[in-house]
Formats: sequence, structure tokens, C-alpha cells
Amino acid sequence: MSTITAPELEIAVLILGMVILLVEAFVTKIDKRVLAYVAIAGLALVLVASFFVAPGASTSQTTGFWSFYAADRLSIFFKQFSLLTTIFVLVLMTDYAPVLRNSFPGTTPQQGLGEFFALPIFTCVGLMYLVSAIDFVFIFVSLELVTISFYVLVSFTRRNPITLEAGTKYFVLSALSTAFLVYGIAWLFGVTGQTNLQRIADALGDPATDHSAALLGMVLVLVALGFKIAAVPFQIWVPDVYQGAPTPVTAYLSVGSKAAGFVVLLRVLQPFLALPQTQRLIVVIALLTLIYGNLAALPQGNLKRLLAYSSIAHAGYLLIGVACFDTAAIGFYLVAYLLMTLLSFAVLIIVAQQTGEQIADFDGLARRSPFLAFAMLIGMISLAGVPFTAGFLGKFFIFYAAILQHQTALVVVGVITVGCGFYYYLKVIRAMYWQSSGKVDKIPVNRLSRLAISALILATIWLGVYPQPILDALKR
Amino acid sequence: MVLFIIFCPIIAAILIMAGAPARKTALGASLLAFAATLFLFVSFHQGRNDFQHVTSFTISPQWRLSFTTGIDGLSLVMVLLGTIVTLAAVWFTGAIEKYENAFYACLLFISGGAIGAFASIDLFFFYAFHELALIPTFLLIGIWGTGNRVAAAWKITIYLAIGSFILLLGLILLYQSFPADARSFDIRALTAAAALGQISADAQHHVYLLLLIGFGILISLFPFHTWAPEAYASAPAPAAMLHAGVLKKFGLYGLLRLAIPLLPEGVHHWGTLLVVLLLGNIIYVGLVTIAQKRLDWTLGYSSVMHMGYIFLGVASATILSTTGAVVLAFAHGLSIALLFGLAGELRQRTGTLVFDELGGLAKVMPFASLAFGFGVFAAIGLPGLANFAGEIMIFFGAFKNGWEMDRFHIFQIATVLALWGVVISTVYMLRAYRKTFMGAMSDRWKGLIDLRPVLRVPVALLIGALLCYGFFPQSLVRIVTPAFRTYLAANKR
Repeated sequence: MSTITAPELEIAVLILGMVILLVEAFVTKIDKRVLAYVAIAGLALVLVASFFVAPGASTSQTTGFWSFYAADRLSIFFKQFSLLTTIFVLVLMTDYAPVLRNSFPGTTPQQGLGEFFALPIFTCVGLMYLVSAIDFVFIFVSLELVTISFYVLVSFTRRNPITLEAGTKYFVLSALSTAFLVYGIAWLFGVTGQTNLQRIADALGDPATDHSAALLGMVLVLVALGFKIAAVPFQIWVPDVYQGAPTPVTAYLSVGSKAAGFVVLLRVLQPFLALPQTQRLIVVIALLTLIYGNLAALPQGNLKRLLAYSSIAHAGYLLIGVACFDTAAIGFYLVAYLLMTLLSFAVLIIVAQQTGEQIADFDGLARRSPFLAFAMLIGMISLAGVPFTAGFLGKFFIFYAAILQHQTALVVVGVITVGCGFYYYLKVIRAMYWQSSGKVDKIPVNRLSRLAISALILATIWLGVYPQPILDALKR
Repeated sequence: MVLFIIFCPIIAAILIMAGAPARKTALGASLLAFAATLFLFVSFHQGRNDFQHVTSFTISPQWRLSFTTGIDGLSLVMVLLGTIVTLAAVWFTGAIEKYENAFYACLLFISGGAIGAFASIDLFFFYAFHELALIPTFLLIGIWGTGNRVAAAWKITIYLAIGSFILLLGLILLYQSFPADARSFDIRALTAAAALGQISADAQHHVYLLLLIGFGILISLFPFHTWAPEAYASAPAPAAMLHAGVLKKFGLYGLLRLAIPLLPEGVHHWGTLLVVLLLGNIIYVGLVTIAQKRLDWTLGYSSVMHMGYIFLGVASATILSTTGAVVLAFAHGLSIALLFGLAGELRQRTGTLVFDELGGLAKVMPFASLAFGFGVFAAIGLPGLANFAGEIMIFFGAFKNGWEMDRFHIFQIATVLALWGVVISTVYMLRAYRKTFMGAMSDRWKGLIDLRPVLRVPVALLIGALLCYGFFPQSLVRIVTPAFRTYLAANKR
């Protein structure tokens, strides 16, 4: 039996996406939701297969295909991460389908659903390539694959003016950041004559290289990646786009796009670690992101917008990890973030269809659906960082790394902003449990979502008590 | 056995949330936990200074993190306090108007968290278990509280969340202060490494300061105390009993468990600072307490003030005074739970706790007033009640500590001033008693009935324990002292 190699995973997912598109185009008389179930099953199959991929040596083979594609442990871990995210996003999308129907008054009742289910698969391919990319050309191409599919997804319910605004904003600013990325790559290529990250690192080790020009290139690349991970001062687009985009897409943006951004950031920064300016720059960005994200989240009354600011805040904590260059801490935090964010969005999608997206719309949820309220409770306390949840351990590892490196400023600001976080996350808990509302009818939850939400709750608590599996997977 | 005591309340809470009959399950679980603790107390090998009944599950070999529980004398006393007060608090819970199941579940989560923290030998779980109480407290005050409950709930939650994250930083720094091969989350391993001098004096200063601020916020040390009176005044009585009686002792337990054996240099270095702050607790907060016009606020402030004595015991770090601190923490937990429970019962009947509206209630509620009197005298420190034993050990220990230093030291002045605190607490406690139970009675209260017989059981339990350990403090001292003897004798200066 031949073993599976890493690139075959992406090819499999790509074929799955194309098959679904073709079926969508030529087979008209099926329930389109079947496509989503097929996609989920297919992705799950690839996810299982990914566990049998042996991590390849990353540095020895540096010619041909392997000079821009790494199949190391880290990339395989994040391929699994992307697959898992996409599976959950597809589950959320099936819940969101009724909303989509309202904004597509076409000839058939399920107009547009097929593309809605197929596009995330292509995004997933982009994310999977992105986490393996070790060459700037390849980084650029896979980043564009992700971004272009997101252009369509963000503005999918385009009859809604807010969505249209979100789509335009995302498109314009994303294109701008891409321009920065290309310009930065051009500078780096001009200085070192290389696009492969390892060779750039070698070139930078040479004292003859012009370091200030290389730094300029690095900063320009950092701008583009700052946009992807929603770091201050490149976060302007986040609240509006998160609020306007269809909710499953928001969840996808906030988890998948951000995680891939951090993996690329870690890879891109690797050659520049020797330069002392790099760490200082990251520390400043981390401080700004922490302060802005947490303070701006305090007064929010719209839950989707609150989660947008919270996503900026979490980018700040992740940047603490980047400043200390602790890959394991970042990896664990991203996994925790995946679980708790998807959990919150899953509940939000179901509740928002009954009432609305405001925090006040969650009033008395504990009475209407104890299950959903409990799920949201776990999501919120994990985001806030209460022990026995994955979110706490994520913060624990990040703070551990920061204290080990004596990053006093980051630690002090980090603790203060955690205090802010408790306020705005508990606001949601307060609405669900303290407040009562006039409505008392139960909120229905279908079986697939119930299964997905239960799995997320269990995983959040399980990783909060027993983090070792993830730590093992992240060990180099 | 220890695992059973920790998880009995937690599993009961989960069952209650899943729909088991709330009061019966909660009472059953707390009775079982109490009985198990009594068994543990009886079967405890006195005189040994190591942990007993140890069970351990490895979580992460890479971080030397494991879920390890066990008890030594110090934690046994705290676990005993936890189970007694839990039983009393659950028993005292009256009719709950809304979400009855959630109320009991929250109470049991707080109790399980506190007991878990006391019985954890692993630093990580020691911390994590305490945090288990955070969200239930928020909900208890927010949903079932009275008065200015919204502000009180936010204040206590944000305060304690920040306090515990500062504590977390301290614990991480403590872990990192050891050389890489000695790093462990196991408190026993850390203690052994510290005894070999593997933690530098400089590191001890930093870690102790962080722990002092972190624990200080949790215990309501003087400038960080403002959350406590408001929260206790607003909280429903059982929540205030558990929080003031048990959960707040977590910080004291933590200081005694970590600071005394691991950071003797830090304790010495910041001794003067702590003495100044604790005098703020005793004198300043004491005077503030006298000015209160409501019974619940008086009790809330008094619980802050009494923390000052316990801090004095910790700061002076002698065997006598630290043992006294444990005895006083135990006694204070019982007496404040008794007082909060009775005050909550009063509030339920009269609807007010303002002194000017109360008065003369002893005529209609003789049993309640007698029980409250016991609580008051215990809080003042009358001989015969357990608080006295603790206080006098602390005062002697602290005074003697200054004596042995053979030069001018602030501990003697602090002891003298702290003794005046006893006078202050006499003033406000007797005043509260007089205004509530003595004097002329308003006609409004003619129809009040005394405590129902079923509620007299937990009251009798608390008073019985106070009297028992008041006359026989030795039974506690014998258990606690070995836990301190090794390191304090070694670090004698």
C-alpha cells in the first residue's frame, strides 16, 4: 500500500470542490443541502487521511516543487485545522440556508445555495496551500485563492445593503493589502535575489546584504499580513465586514483566515528574527492591538460586532506569542480560538434567526433554550479565559512565553485587557441568564447542529483539562 | 477519599442542572462530603508533615503537570471548614423563586471549587479550582441578589478576575524561578527544591509581591477591599456564607501554602509593607465598619477587617502565629457564615436590614438572637469561642517575633495597634447586636416568628464547632503545626 503524501490532500479537496460545482450546475432536481452533507463527508474523509501523512523533511529537499511547498509537522497540523474549520463552517452554513433563501428570490427556492456550499471548499484548499507555503510566490498565489473566494462569500447575500457595503470594503482594502504584499516581495527579491524563505534567511546572514532595504520589504509584507490577522492599525475593515457578511462567512474569516495569516506570519518572520528591530515592531503592534480590540469591544451592543472586536483582541494575544516566537503557544491558542469562536457563532446563527443579532436579543435565552444558553456560556467563558476551558490554557501558554522572555509591558497590558474581556463577555452571559424577555417559545435546534455544538463544548472543556494531545502534535 | 469530597458537590451540581430534585440532591451531597471529611479527620495521621491520601493523574509530562490531590494538616482544616459551611449554606437556603436548580448548582460549584483548591497539590489545579467559583458567584449575585446587585456583581467579578490573573502571573513566575530541571507544578517538588535554595532571593521578592497583590485582592487586603462589603451585602445569604466563609480563605491558604515554605526571603522583604496594609484593614476598615448603618454592610466590612489579623499571622511567619492564622481562618469562616446566614434570614422576614428600622427583635426571635449573640461574641474574640484561640496565638506569635529580632521592629507596634482592633470590633459588633435585637421594638415586627426548627440544625452545627474548637483548639493545632514546623524552624532568623 502506498502512503499518502501531503500535496494529495489539497488535490483531493480541490477535486471535491469541482465535483460539487459540476453537480450543482447539471443536476437540478436535488435538495441542495445534500451537497453540503457530501462536502462535509468528503472533507471529513480527507481529514482522516491527513493523519496518515508522514511529515516530510522540510529543509533537505529544496529544489523543484519542494522549494516552495513544506510538508513539515506544523503545516500538516494546520491543514487539519483548516479542514476542521471548513467542516464546521459548512455545518453552520446549512443552518444559515433559510436566511440565504430570502435574499435570492430567483426562479427556484434554492438558488445560489450550491455555490454557497462549494466556495468554502476552494477557500479551504487555499488555506491548506498557504500553511505549507515557504516561497513568497507560492504564498502570494495561495493567499489570493483564499482572498478571492472570500470576496464572493462576504458579499453573497448582496441584496442586503450592509452586506454589499461589507463586500466592497473587504474587496478594496484587501486589494490594497495585496498591493503592499507584492511591493514588499519585490523589495525583498531586489535585495536578496530570492523568493524562497530559507534562501532569503541565508542571504540576510551575509553581511554584504543591505539590511535596511530588506527591513523595508519585511515591513510592507507585515502590513499585508496585519490586514489578514486584523492587527491594529490594519483592523479598520474588521467590524463592518464581520457585521455585514453572512454569519458563517464571518466565522470562517475570523478563524480560518486569521489562523492561516498567523502561520504565514511565523514563516515570514523566521528569516528576520536575527534583526532586533523585528521583535520591537511586533511588540508595539501587539500592544496596540490588545488595547484597541479590548477597549473598543466594551460598549458594543451587537453581538456580531462584539465578536469582531473580540477577534481583534485575540489577535493581540496571539501577537504576544509571535513577539516571543513561541510556535506551540500560538498553535494551541489558535485551536482554542477555533473551538470557542465557532461555538459562539453556531449559537449566534441559530438564535439570530429567531430574534436578532443584538445582545439584548439574547435576553432570557436560558429559559428558551437551556442547551444553546449553556453552549454560549461555555463559549464566552472560554473566550474570557476561565480555567477548565481551552481559552484559559491558551492564555496561560501565551503569558508563560511572555514572562519567560521578560516582556513586562506585554504582560501588564495583557492582564488589564483580560479584565476588560471579562466585562464584555459576561455581558452576554448576563443577558442570557439574568434578563427575562417576553418571548418564551422554545428555539428548535436540528440534529446536525446539536451534534456539532455538543462536540465543540466537549472539546473546549476537554482541552481545558487535558491539553497534551495538541501539545504533542505541535512538538517539533 | 479526597477525590470523593471534591467531586461530590460538583457531580451533584451537574445532576441538579440535568434535572435532579435540587434541594434533596444538594443536601445529600453536602452531607456525604461532610461525613467523608469527618472520616478523613479522624483517620488522619497526626504529627506527619507530608501529604496523605495522595492520588495523581499525569496531564502533561512535558510541563510536569498532573492532577494530584491529597491533604496535609493545613489543607485538612480548610477542607473541613469548606464542608461544614457548605452543609450549613445549603441547609439555610430557603424557598427560591426562580431557577431553583441553578441556584443550588451555583452554590455547589463554589463549594466544589473551594474544596478542590484546598486539596490540590498541583499548582495549576490549585489555581484553576478556585476560578470555578467565579461565574457562579456572578450569577448568584446577579440573578438572586438584593439591593444594588448589578453593580456589586460586576465589581466582584472584574476585581476577582484581575486579581486571579495577577496571581496567575505570580504562579508562572514562581514556576520559572526554578532552574529548568527543577520546574514542576507539584507543590511538594517545589518545596523540596526551595529547601535546597534553588530559588534566588531576588526572584523571591518579585514572586512574593505578585502573589501578595493577587491573593490580597482575593482576600480583600486593605486598598483592594472595596468589592467585598458591597458584594456580601447584595449576595443571597447562602452565597455570602460560602464566599466570605470559605472562598475568601483560599487566598490565605495560598499564602500559607506557597509563600511561607517557598518564599521566606520575600515574606521578610515585604514584611513592612504587608504590616502597613494590614493595619489599614484592622484600623481603617474597622473605623469604617463603626460608621455603617445597615447590618449586612456591617458584617461585610467586619469580614474585611478580620482578615487583617490573619495577615498579621502570615506576615510574622512564626510557627505560633501561622498556626494561629489557620485557626482564626477556620473560626472566622464559621462565625461569619453563622452571622450572614442569620442576617439573611432576618432580611427575608423583615425586608430590611437598616439599623434604625430594626430593634428589640430578641423578644419575638429568642433563638435567633441567642445564635446571633454567639456569632457576635465569636467575632469579637471572646474566650471560649474558636476565634479567641486563633487571635491570641497570632498576637503572641507576632509580638514574640519582634522580640526575637533583638532590635526595633514594626511587629510589636503592629501587635499593639491590632489589639486595639479588638476594641473596635467590640464597638461595632455590640452596637449591631443592640440595634437589631435589643431596645424598643417597632410594632411592625410583632408578628415575626422565630427560626424554624429545621433551620436550627445548621445554626447548632456552626455554634457547636465554634465552641468545640474554642475549648479544644489543641485538636486543630496538633494537626496544623507539623505542616509549618519543618520550614519555619529551618528559616528561623
